[in-house]
Amino acid sequence: MSRIGSPRLSRRLGELTFLGFCWSATAVALAALTAILWSLVGQGVGGLDLSVFTMSTPAPGSEGGLLNAILGSLMMCATAMIGAVIIGALSGTWLSEFAQGSAYGKAVRFLNDVLLSAPSILVGLFVYEILVAPLGGFSGFAGAVALGLIAAPVITRTTEDVLRLQPVALREASVALGAPLWRTILSVVWKSARGGMLTGALLAFARISGETAPLLFTALNNQFLSLDMTKPTANLPVVIFNFALSAYDDWRRLAWAGALLIAATVLAVTIVARILAREQRRS
Amino acid sequence: MTDASLSVEGSQPRAARGAALDKVFEALCFSAATFLLVSLGGLVISLAIGGWPAFEAFGFGFLFSAEWDPVQEVYGAAGALVGTLVTAVLALAFALPLALGVAIFLVELCPGPLRRPIGTAVELLAGIPSIVYGMWGLFVFAPWFAKHVQMPIMMSAKPGTFWETITTGVPNGAGVLTASLILAIMILPFIAATLRELLMTIPPAVRESAYGLGSTRFEVVRKVSLPYVRAGAVGAVMLGLGRALGETMAVTFIIGNAHGFPTSIFASGSTIASTIANEFAEATGVLHTASLIALGFVLFVITFAVLALARVMMGRQAQT
Repeated sequence: MSRIGSPRLSRRLGELTFLGFCWSATAVALAALTAILWSLVGQGVGGLDLSVFTMSTPAPGSEGGLLNAILGSLMMCATAMIGAVIIGALSGTWLSEFAQGSAYGKAVRFLNDVLLSAPSILVGLFVYEILVAPLGGFSGFAGAVALGLIAAPVITRTTEDVLRLQPVALREASVALGAPLWRTILSVVWKSARGGMLTGALLAFARISGETAPLLFTALNNQFLSLDMTKPTANLPVVIFNFALSAYDDWRRLAWAGALLIAATVLAVTIVARILAREQRRS
Repeated sequence: MTDASLSVEGSQPRAARGAALDKVFEALCFSAATFLLVSLGGLVISLAIGGWPAFEAFGFGFLFSAEWDPVQEVYGAAGALVGTLVTAVLALAFALPLALGVAIFLVELCPGPLRRPIGTAVELLAGIPSIVYGMWGLFVFAPWFAKHVQMPIMMSAKPGTFWETITTGVPNGAGVLTASLILAIMILPFIAATLRELLMTIPPAVRESAYGLGSTRFEVVRKVSLPYVRAGAVGAVMLGLGRALGETMAVTFIIGNAHGFPTSIFASGSTIASTIANEFAEATGVLHTASLIALGFVLFVITFAVLALARVMMGRQAQT
């Protein structure tokens, strides 16, 4: 090294290269985000008009919107979230308050982490096997179950994490006042952790609202406006998938509008969750 | 916690009722946790059962044959398997250096006021749904990539060389390399966020003493920070790999969806997830459906191994 130049020079060169690399890596990441948002807004805003929210998905060449898909997505996400919040909050509580160091607790925690990052399309296959194939048809409920199975591990994980952050003294104070354990957890621990738990639920919602793969063969799709979740149900991600890969310009335009809607929802929810989390930390 | 509640248990009926409800509450929480365990177990078992006809019909050959012919009812996983591994590993190769750069930038170099906005922006990149990446990749990135990267590379390749063999393909920008690049953008924020958290766990005194000896920032990162978080960093990389392996929609859009082994970096290919996404709803034959589920089972086994390794490494980091 000393042959190239003084050690001081090579160290400075290394340092400069390193700093330059870190700066440009960050620039690449930011450029990717900007490029994606740019084309999303550029292509999506043109397709966004009132009929997107008032009409159902059209046949190629005729006028239409995404009303049935938006409604279907909302119904499925809401149903999924109800189930996932109940399961997630309770199992997160069990992991944090009851599991202690038990082997079973460790197994649940480990497998929950695996479920958390397991490919979502496999969850779709699983729900197909247990709900769609035996019951003989695609349905909105099957889609909701698949989404719920993706959201529940997220909520479990965040619930456990925030509950662990609550001071032991808080629980001891409640127990010392004579409150039974369940009361302590529900009215004291949960209450003090509610901001964090809400953040977890919002992040889970953000995650499932853009999920496409598990819906392809559970909820399938539906051309018409329908509130019946026992039948195939239209949903934004699958409509976007089908329309984007179609050969019709007006379908593609709707796909971009839908993609903009989904991305805007997800990003807004994520930002709200972050702000909530930050305020939680401050207080 | 349990000990404390036992000690306040008295003879009053109210306390007794509280204790009874405690049991109910604990049982509720326990069953929710068990539900999660059962779903993962059910997932594995249902994939194994659903894919059994394919394993039975093709045996181990299922893993090694790249033939995928719904007309002849002959199916082999090798093409999709290789596609999955190649795209995931390439994506990791692109994403890891960038993620390291971003994480180090955010922890060590970033000017204070910019830290939060840039950190949030990287998190937003992680929040963008897969299908949006797919659309952007197919309609915006692929044409640009074909014009500015793929064509020049294909033009400059000398006929007859190895370089020419691995760069042949249709110049439309859709293919294995483009899919890997999109995957890289998708997993970058996950790896960067984990690495950032790891780097922030390093006690300031450790880094400060290295600076005190006159180290440059490069030397501190290379010789102090990274070795300090090594186990966790390997875990973070594995988590990213796990994501790339199972990513579905973005890849389905861009990879071109051709069966068999990918012949070059610009050629069309398929991954396990993209094959399932494309064909499952339309699969008619029993064997076709079973083969797709069997593919899913193979994917599960691979991702489970990767994710389990990730958790073990992260756990090891947490203990140090």
